[in-house]
Amino acid sequence: MPDISKAVPKLDEEEKMSGRAVYVDDIDIPGMYFARTVRSTVAKGRIVKIDVPKLPKDYHIIDHTDIPAKNVVKMIFDDWPVFAEEKVTHIGDPIMLVVGKDRAVIDDICENIAIEYAEEEPVFDFRDSAVDYRFEKGDAKKAFERTARHIEYTYRTGYQEQAYIEPQGFVAYREQGRITLIGSIQCPYYVKNAVLDTLGCGEDDVRVKQAVVGGAFGGKEEYPSVMACQLAVAVKKLNVPIKLVFGREEDMEVTTKRHPSTITLRAAIAEDNTVAALDAHIKLDGGAYLGLSNVVLSRSMLAVTAAYTIENLNVAGDVYLTNTVPNGAFRGFGAPQMIYAIEMFMHHIAKDLGEDVLEFRLKHLAKQGDMTATSGHFHEPIIMPALIERAMEMSDYRRKASTYAKDESNHGIGMSWFFHGCGFTGSGEADHIKAEVKLEKDIEDKVHIHVAAVDMGQGSKTTLAKVVAETLGIPLADVVIDNPDTDFVPDSGPTVASRTAMVVGGLLARAGQRLKSEWVSGETVVVIEKYKQPDHIRWDDEKFHGDAYPAYSWGVNVVEVEVDPHTYEVRVENVTSAYDGGKALDERIVLGQADGGIAQGVAYGYLEVMEHDKGKLKQRNLTDYMIPTAVDTAPTRTYLFDNPYALGPFGAKGFGELTLVGGAPALALAVEMAIGRKVTKIPVTPEVIMELMKHGKH
Amino acid sequence: MESIEFVLNGKPVSIRRHPSARLLDVLREDFGLKGTKEGCGEGECGACAVLIDHRIVNSCCYPLAYARGKRITTIEGFAGTPRYEAIARAMGEEGGVQCGICTPGMIIAAESLLDENPKPSEEEIRVGLSGNLCRCTGYNMIVKAIRRAAKEGEGLW
Ligand code: FES
Ligand code: FES
Repeated sequence: MPDISKAVPKLDEEEKMSGRAVYVDDIDIPGMYFARTVRSTVAKGRIVKIDVPKLPKDYHIIDHTDIPAKNVVKMIFDDWPVFAEEKVTHIGDPIMLVVGKDRAVIDDICENIAIEYAEEEPVFDFRDSAVDYRFEKGDAKKAFERTARHIEYTYRTGYQEQAYIEPQGFVAYREQGRITLIGSIQCPYYVKNAVLDTLGCGEDDVRVKQAVVGGAFGGKEEYPSVMACQLAVAVKKLNVPIKLVFGREEDMEVTTKRHPSTITLRAAIAEDNTVAALDAHIKLDGGAYLGLSNVVLSRSMLAVTAAYTIENLNVAGDVYLTNTVPNGAFRGFGAPQMIYAIEMFMHHIAKDLGEDVLEFRLKHLAKQGDMTATSGHFHEPIIMPALIERAMEMSDYRRKASTYAKDESNHGIGMSWFFHGCGFTGSGEADHIKAEVKLEKDIEDKVHIHVAAVDMGQGSKTTLAKVVAETLGIPLADVVIDNPDTDFVPDSGPTVASRTAMVVGGLLARAGQRLKSEWVSGETVVVIEKYKQPDHIRWDDEKFHGDAYPAYSWGVNVVEVEVDPHTYEVRVENVTSAYDGGKALDERIVLGQADGGIAQGVAYGYLEVMEHDKGKLKQRNLTDYMIPTAVDTAPTRTYLFDNPYALGPFGAKGFGELTLVGGAPALALAVEMAIGRKVTKIPVTPEVIMELMKHGKH
Repeated sequence: MESIEFVLNGKPVSIRRHPSARLLDVLREDFGLKGTKEGCGEGECGACAVLIDHRIVNSCCYPLAYARGKRITTIEGFAGTPRYEAIARAMGEEGGVQCGICTPGMIIAAESLLDENPKPSEEEIRVGLSGNLCRCTGYNMIVKAIRRAAKEGEGLW
């Protein structure tokens, strides 16, 4: 059998290169109207009065009074209204849509709408905890009592903006009473279910289709449901096709970001200078609505010890509501904040104890069979020692680290170790998602894949088609996979949590096996496969106890930097990575994920700055919010290990997020070495470094 | 409104629209050329790049009035040429395409770069692409693709 990892041309690359691929903004429908959102300009208050100018013929206002059923966008917490009623909770809170044919006229109307607010004192600090989770492992309290030496640090991280190059958008229309929405989305069924709730209509009354998606990174996980509900209300009332596409500034101002965090870690040090216990408090800024922030928090908490095993833990987490833009899903989903904090902390403990950092970390490295943070077990082989060795060898880490740590060259090298839990947390797949996939063989013996998984650039159309073709032993050209349309595809779950290759791919491989045994040439054969939780996985959602994930992917990043001694600007020189993602379903696609993920992860550590001033984001566009250009991005070397996972298709585990989560700590550790100061805050901008340089060496 | 004439993808065209209209909108709305994308609308991302008299220009910041008498090539006009084929083949080989929203602009940037400098160094490629943002690939595979296109397409530029 040929090796599945061998790269094939991506199924959709030709249409994307030639400009034929149809993204949402490329869709025109005859007679189409446009919409624009009128939003709160205050961070907190009540709407006292709204003055709308006299509307020209065929221009309309859509607001909460037009909602047929619930004024709520269904997510995990149902706290996000479709349109504000009386209360506004952040700058950008949507109040109404202005709909009409000519965008210039719409703009004019929007400018002349006057809204009077009774302003209230907004909250920006961590005061109002809305989600409060806790769990323990072993007996941390006792360990703290029994040890004399305790070390504590607090780590801070900022916002990160997904900055997909295609802003969010939808086109929606009505057809024989049904509403169809076509959007730039990751989760067709999230959108469909949210719209059903808002309209209060039946299953069959709403259809959601995915347009080609121009990047998402989590940003198109839950936010699109907000736009979809608003637009569906408008289409239902006006009965015309409407396009709602954001410009860059609106997209940046109102869509969800990565949660800023403050993480305090305290370690109890045993006599042999190992960590006997860890006390962690993770605080996330949820913004004005929770949405799915509790799930983000739980992923942070579950990553508390990252690649290490620590016997005794006391872990607390809170999401705070603030009067700022709501935060949400972003590749890594809570893990990047935690992995950054724990990696810095392990280094800082070792330094404070005068231990060799590498030896100290190796002593704590997790092994197969170890108890996880939630007292489950690492069931699968952990090949981290091989990854670490390979990454150190490829990057010449040992020599460089010992040279740079001593010399005054302004160079530094940092190495992060990490895992990423694949798929939904705990019993999420079995209890909530209940994924279902369908394979349909037609009379010409072509096999159609019906899944809700979205190819947003990560190459899932190609990898899933390869899984099916290889399983059946048929040419790739005989497998057909289209963008999901809820009229045809079952709910195979959202395109999130690094679950597509492993979970959806795994179901397709099983479906393929069955189709193979039921194959009758020239006849239609349909096979449906549903998710079953592996028997050995046990999880208690209430207590955070058991196996938090069915499998883990692992990785090592090594980042080398030079810090300008005068301007304190950081230049990334190169990045070396080693990963265990089980088995690559297509080596070139996986390496592409690795390159893109690490670029985002490293930039999160030093380049990407977003802040607000009294609830108003200071960075409004791609000029103010800097993402890496071709000049900022360093050459990468990536080594992929095979460590096949028995339940993944051809051994594949999750990969997309793994490549992001270790970037910031590796970068920050490299800067720490270059400047000889402990870094506790990212992004480490020239201002942050200047501040650190004012204080003495550590 | 007087009409403005220019050459679009090799054919003379004429359009009546306000002279300050963005070329991007004219291309997408009046000529239905949707391969030119809008990523930012403010000259930062390069998704809207087209060739004007064979140099790369961000069409979102280019008023229609300036187009008068110029030769404008969009991705649709460039696609299918031997140079496009060489770049596209290399992009595929190296894995330079992910979500694809930046891709037409990247290919236009590659053409503009190679046309000026048929044997660019890695550094020159990075600088040449620095006006085009890509959030998916981290650029390395695109940089490699352009090197490959320059080598395998030798003589085309
Ligand atoms: S859309 Fe023109 S540069 Fe971004
Ligand atoms: S491929 Fe997605 S932005 Fe470049």
